[in-house]
This record gives sequence, C-alpha cells and structure tokens, in this order.
Amino acid sequence: MRYVTQRFLHAALLLIAVSFFSFALLQLAPGDFFDAMRLNPQISRQTIGTLRSEYGLDKPLPIRYERWLRSVLKGQMGFSLASNSPVAPLLRERARNTLLLSGAATALAWLLALPIGIWAAVKRGGWADRACGLATSTILAVPDLLLFLALLLLAVRTGWFPTGGMASAGVDDLDRWGKVKDVAFHLAPPALGLALATMPVLIRHIRSSMIDALESPFLRAARGHGVPRARLVLRYALPAASNPLISLFGFSVATMLSASALAEVILSWPGLGPLLVESILSRDVFVVVAIVMLSSVFLVAGNLIADLLLFASDPRIRTE
Amino acid sequence: MEPLLKVRNLTIRYRSELTQREAVRRVSFDVAQGEVLGVMGESGCGKTSLGLALLGLLPREHAEVSGSVMFRGDDMLTMKETSLQKIRGAGISMVYQEPGIALSPVMRVGTQISEIVHAHRPWSWKKCRAEAHSMLARVGLTPTERIFSAYPHQLSGGQLQRVLLVQALICEPALVIADEPTASLDARSQSDLIALLRELKQGLRISLLLISHTPEIQASLADRLIVMKDGEIVEEGRFDQMYWSPVHDYTKTLLRRDRPATDENFEHAPVAQEHVAR
Amino acid sequence: MNTRPWRKNMSLDDEKILNVGSGKQFGPEHAEALVRIEHLSKKYVQRRPLTRTEFAVRALEDANLTIRRGTTLALVGESGAGKSTLGRCLALLEAPDSGEIWFDGKNLPRLSRRELFPMHRQIQLIFQDPTSALNPGMTAEEIIAEPLAIHREGTKAQRRERARELMEQVGLPASLERKRPLEFSGGQRQRLAIARSLALEPKLLVLDEALSSLDLLNQELILKLLADLQRIHSLTYLHISHDLRLVSQFADEVAVMHEGRIVEQQPASELFTRPLNSYTQELLAAMPSLESICAGRLA
Repeated sequence: MRYVTQRFLHAALLLIAVSFFSFALLQLAPGDFFDAMRLNPQISRQTIGTLRSEYGLDKPLPIRYERWLRSVLKGQMGFSLASNSPVAPLLRERARNTLLLSGAATALAWLLALPIGIWAAVKRGGWADRACGLATSTILAVPDLLLFLALLLLAVRTGWFPTGGMASAGVDDLDRWGKVKDVAFHLAPPALGLALATMPVLIRHIRSSMIDALESPFLRAARGHGVPRARLVLRYALPAASNPLISLFGFSVATMLSASALAEVILSWPGLGPLLVESILSRDVFVVVAIVMLSSVFLVAGNLIADLLLFASDPRIRTE
Repeated sequence: MEPLLKVRNLTIRYRSELTQREAVRRVSFDVAQGEVLGVMGESGCGKTSLGLALLGLLPREHAEVSGSVMFRGDDMLTMKETSLQKIRGAGISMVYQEPGIALSPVMRVGTQISEIVHAHRPWSWKKCRAEAHSMLARVGLTPTERIFSAYPHQLSGGQLQRVLLVQALICEPALVIADEPTASLDARSQSDLIALLRELKQGLRISLLLISHTPEIQASLADRLIVMKDGEIVEEGRFDQMYWSPVHDYTKTLLRRDRPATDENFEHAPVAQEHVAR
Repeated sequence: MNTRPWRKNMSLDDEKILNVGSGKQFGPEHAEALVRIEHLSKKYVQRRPLTRTEFAVRALEDANLTIRRGTTLALVGESGAGKSTLGRCLALLEAPDSGEIWFDGKNLPRLSRRELFPMHRQIQLIFQDPTSALNPGMTAEEIIAEPLAIHREGTKAQRRERARELMEQVGLPASLERKRPLEFSGGQRQRLAIARSLALEPKLLVLDEALSSLDLLNQELILKLLADLQRIHSLTYLHISHDLRLVSQFADEVAVMHEGRIVEQQPASELFTRPLNSYTQELLAAMPSLESICAGRLA
C-alpha cells in the first residue's frame, strides 16, 4: 500500500511542476494574444491596453500563475481568448477524441506486436525472424510524417476509408450500430498509422525479452520435465519476460501521445493536436497550457498504471 | 532382462566460435530396472553434461551429441521433440543441480509442480494441485499451503532442493537422473532423502542415475558405480567391489581409500587400523 | 587434514575422547570474545494479497552467540534455520528486528551510517557461489583492488602491488591477474573471493556455505588455505555450514541452530562426543561414517 500511495504522490508533484514550467515558458515567449490586433491600425493602443488588463495579461508571472491555478481548481482551466470561453468545455470533446484514438492505436499496436514479437523469439535465427527484423527496421526508418501521408494517400486513392474528420455528413440519421461503424472507419487511418509507427520498437523489445526468458535455465528445466512447447512459451517465458515489457507499456503511452498530435493534424482527426497547433500560433496561452497539462496527466497516468501492474505481477518487487 | 537404459559411445562436443571441446568421450553404460548407478568424478569431468544429454536438453547450436541412448527400445538421440516431451518428466526425469536457477522466479512453487502433473496426466487442475500438495507432504515440506504458494526467493536452499525432487518424482518416472541432489541439504535432510530414494527403489523399482561426488551418498545408495575423469570412464563395477578393491588411483581418492580409516570402533573392515596423531 | 568419521549410535558415556575438530586448546589469548550476539530476532513475512493470507517466517528467534578472537566458530543447522540470516546481520547486509550485535565493544545495529562505514572493513563476507559474487567484467587484479579503491587506500600502483601480494597469499599465480573470473575454475574463484576479502585487513570473516559448491578435493585445499591465513593474520572465522561432517574437520567451536535459536554452543571436541542438546544428538546420529556404511552393505 505504501508503494501505491508513494506513486500517487509522485504523480501529483510531477503534474504541479509541469504546469508551472509550461506556464512560465509560454509567458517567456515573446508576444501575446493581441499581437495580431496590434498590426491593425484601426485599433488604438489604449484599447489593446485595456483589453490586456482586462484579461490580466499585464500582471506579473506569479500572480497570473496563481489566478490560473484557482481557475483550474474551479474546473475552468483558464480562459480561451480566441473562443471567448473558459478552456475546459473546449477541451472536453477534443480530449475524448484523442483518448479514443490513442487508446485504439495502443491496443492495436500491442495486439499485433505481442504475437509477432513472441513468434520471432520462438523462431529466432530462422528466415522468418530475419524477415521480421528487416520489416521492423524499414518501418522504423520511415518518418512518422511519411507514414501518415502514405495512409492519407491510400484513403484518397482507394476510397476504403474516409479522408478526415470523425463523422460523415449524414451521421445523425444512422442508427446506433451505424454510427459506431462510421466512427470506426474514420478512426482506422490514424489508428493504423499510429500503430505502425510505434510497433517496431515494441516488437524488438518483446522479442529480446522473450529470447532472454526462453534461454534461461529455468525454462530448460521445465522443458526437461516434459512441459509442452505452448505452455513453456506462454506460461513460463512470457510472465518472466513481462517485467521490462510493462515498463515499456508506460513508455509507449508517452510516445503514442506525441505521435498522435501529428497524426491528428495530417489526417484531420478532431483531437487535441490540431487545437494545440492553432492555439500556439494564436498565442492563446491558457488553451496551450491546459493541453500540455492534460497530456501530462495522460502520460503520468499511463506510467502509474504500468507501475501498479508491475507491482501486481512481479513478486520480487513486493518484498519490501 | 533388458536394461532400462543403454548408452553406447556417447560423445558430447561443445562448439564455440573459437574452440571445440569434447566434454564426454565415448561413454557407454547400462542401467537396469530398479538399479542405482552412481556417477562420480570431480567438477568438470562431464557428469552434468551427461545427464542433460540423456534428456536431449543440450542446445543444438552449441553441442554435438553422437552415439546412442536406448530407452525402452527407442533411441532418444534421434527422437522427435514431441516424443521426447512425453518421456521427459514421466519416463526419465531429472533433479537439477542448482535449485535457485531451475525454478521460475515469478511463478509460485506449487504451480511449477502442478504444471508437470498436468503435462503428463489427463487430470483437472484441481486434481493436479492436490497431487502436488500430497507430494510436498511426503518429502517433509510442511505446511504445504505455505510452500505451495511461496515463490522461490522465499524458500531456503534446502527447501528448494526438495521442491526439485518433488518435480522429478511426481509423475513416477522409471529412471531419475539426480545431479548432486544432496548438495544443499543438512545431515538430517540428507538421511531423509536417502531413505526416500531407497524406498522408491525398492517399492516402485525406480532406477536412479546418481551423480554425486560425496562418497557417503554413493555408499548409501549405489549398486554400481562409474568413475569419470576428463570426460571418460576410468573405472566401473559393483560398488562393493570398487570400494574394497579399487584399481585406479583416482577411484581411491574419490572413495577416500587413499588414507587409512581412523574409526576405532570399526571392526569389520579388512583394512589396517592406524590412529593418526595430530 | 584428516577425515574424522562419525560413529552411529555413539554412546554418551564414552570415556574416550575422539580427536575432533582442530584440537585447539583455548588459551588465554582466546578468552576474549570478539563478537557477542544477544537476543537477535528477525522475521520475514510472506504475503498473498489476493487471499489476504500471511505467513510469518521467524528466521531468528532470540539467538545468542559468542565468537572468540582468533578462533573458528562453525554455525550449523538445517537449511532454513536462519544461519544465513544471522551471518548477513553480522556482516551488516541486513538489519535485525531486535537484539544486539557487540563487535569489538560496539553495538552494531545502533550505529549511525557514518560510524558503520569503517565497520565494513573489519567484517567481510564470503558467499557460497563465487561466480555470482565476482564481477565477470573485471580482471582478477581489479576485483581484489576494488575494496582498496572504495576506501581510497594508496595509489593505483600500490593497489596493484597489494593485489598481486594477496593473490600469492591465496595460492593464485600472479600471471593470472589479468584474467576474468570465468576463466578460473570453481576453486580458484573462491580463492579470488578470499583474496578480495583480505584486502582491507579484516578482523572477522563470515563464510556462508563457502565450501558447499566445491568438490571434495577443492574443499580440502581451501580449508588448508584458510587455516594458514588464520594463523598469519590472526583472523576470526564464522563458518556457516549445513555439513556437520565437513565442519568436524576444522572447527574450534560449534554452535547449533534450530528454528532460529542457538540450542548449543561448545568446543568441537565436546560437542561431537558429549552433545547436550537433543537436537544436536539427532543431527549426529544422522551422520554415519563412510566405513560403517560400507560395512553395513556387506551385512
């Protein structure tokens, strides 16, 4: 139990630190939301000045941070200057969409990588293993950008998948199942792209952990007792190999999030990615900070889950 | 009667990128049903390789095994993996030398025993677990609940060694290869183990290939003995023969026959009694 | 070294005292205790979180032990009785739950971290498996010099010189100094471990089943080496072993452990001929001599 509470405390402290740093860094960047307005000769300096003080942009950094914190605690997470509304409601839908995409991509990536990695380990040294290695190296070498563009091209050329957005035009007329299918088709290109982008690293790690486990003395001992092949791989080798893989899972959540921003922008998936880009460009400070914070929350949560899973799965960690 | 195990000209050659080494050279011996054949020799003489090779456990990339190992009429060296899997643990089983690394660190000990039962018997998991519990009790690992649910790092060396023994015996094989089974055991557990092995030999007619450098163990159990040095057999025969009339110098050293006995109450031995002063 | 066989059904009224152990008579220089362990207790808890069950393993239960300066005390008992735990507490690798360990007048569990650091020089531990106790990536000379480097003794050249000296002392030719542990045999690795432990000139050496993984020949050689080193450096040994037969060859005093407690501690000659405790008697009865076993076969 102490282990668990420790982990939660770490997570909370981490989030506070992240929020402060992202806030501070953004404020340090030159310019503010009203830069565009300043270029407009019709709007007087005074107007801008008034607007600035109205939104508190002229106060010193600590005060702004404190006001923002209070806003967070109220559930509003600051104020979006571009949309003229509190930040929180803007994020809700977008965050949900990003989670949907990341979740689907993570699940897809692991569901594919696990069997492939295990199989490559079992057949290590053979032609199948080498072919697999070649394929993963190739995909690894291709930049994510190209991968997503390639998928976009595929969608456009073949018409199998819609080319953007989350829902088709007449979606409200469809029944429940129809709506789900519609979303699934829209989800496919970005999810596939993300899965492909992250799979090579996963496959390699899974393969090497499994090989370690398969060559260990205890596995040979179990084999010597007549335990059949399938059980040796799944019941003996896989659990022993899972310690590093669970940590890898936490890490893959992080990479998934950063890659998803790119995928969302290119494949027009209405998640946090496009919103983030827009807000940075327009200096909509609070939206940016809120999105960064949210991403951190996902990341920390992912690692926390990984830590807890590790605690549950490896008896050696439990011995305090 | 046909011997249970017939080994002919067994040769094990280890190959690495730089060197080649013959760990075992043209070794031949038989094990009859219900017989205990002892294997003695110092570390590095090839004893452990021998045991592993009999079960086909040496990795093909590094070890070249030639010769023949006939078990119940079939040559184990040419058998397919699926046939070997059925024999391992149920026809011939092995008690490994180092208990610490012969068990998975992330699985409970009881599960690792039940898996073996399940591999060879068409029983439900519940029955397999019950069998594991009863076997644990038989070797004195009590309370069985605690031992069953323990992980290897929670048990002592001697307890782990007995778990390995349970694993090897639970499916009642015809031949057990025991590689230094008493290495971590204290005197009481040793004598318990010896008694257990003797009981198995007499009651169930289980044959034993007993690899041990401790002469007291061999003396307590072995019917016949082979002495190995540098991968070859230098002497073999009935234990009593070899103890009272050893031929090879190496045999004399291993059986402590190169120095006089010092027990005064010992009257039966036809050996000169000399009290060695300190 | 002579093998001392054990007689089955030894009579306790036996007048003849077998020449057992090292035969050392305790002189005035041995009267002083280097180590005094009092009421040491430690337990481990084994949990099953899903079924909410807990098993408490009492490794040490009010254990008391005395080790005299310059002697070899053998700690014997069943495996799982707590011997290793006691050795590890003494070697400062683990902390006991309660009790005192008096070493040279200082109570070890009560010392602060700073006070404890110099203690590590005085108490060294030798493990059962030399292969896993030695860093496979380091050469022999580096391994032996490492403790000196950690405690910042001498220059690099001086440390190398000392490493070579120590290698000679343990019977390893200096030509092997650049070899890695995996290139040594089992017996040689244990010698290497011993050389390393001597680098800081300790007072006490705790040997935890240090001979168990060696074959008989090597056991005898290492025992001889240890006896010589004890004489030369006035070392004190705590020898933990489950093998009473082995222990009878060299121990000055023997302490018997059963279920976390020390049930008997006596000079070796006394213990093997006139054991006071019933558990000790049981242990001795379970160890017939090789000759008697072989004679029994003919009957």
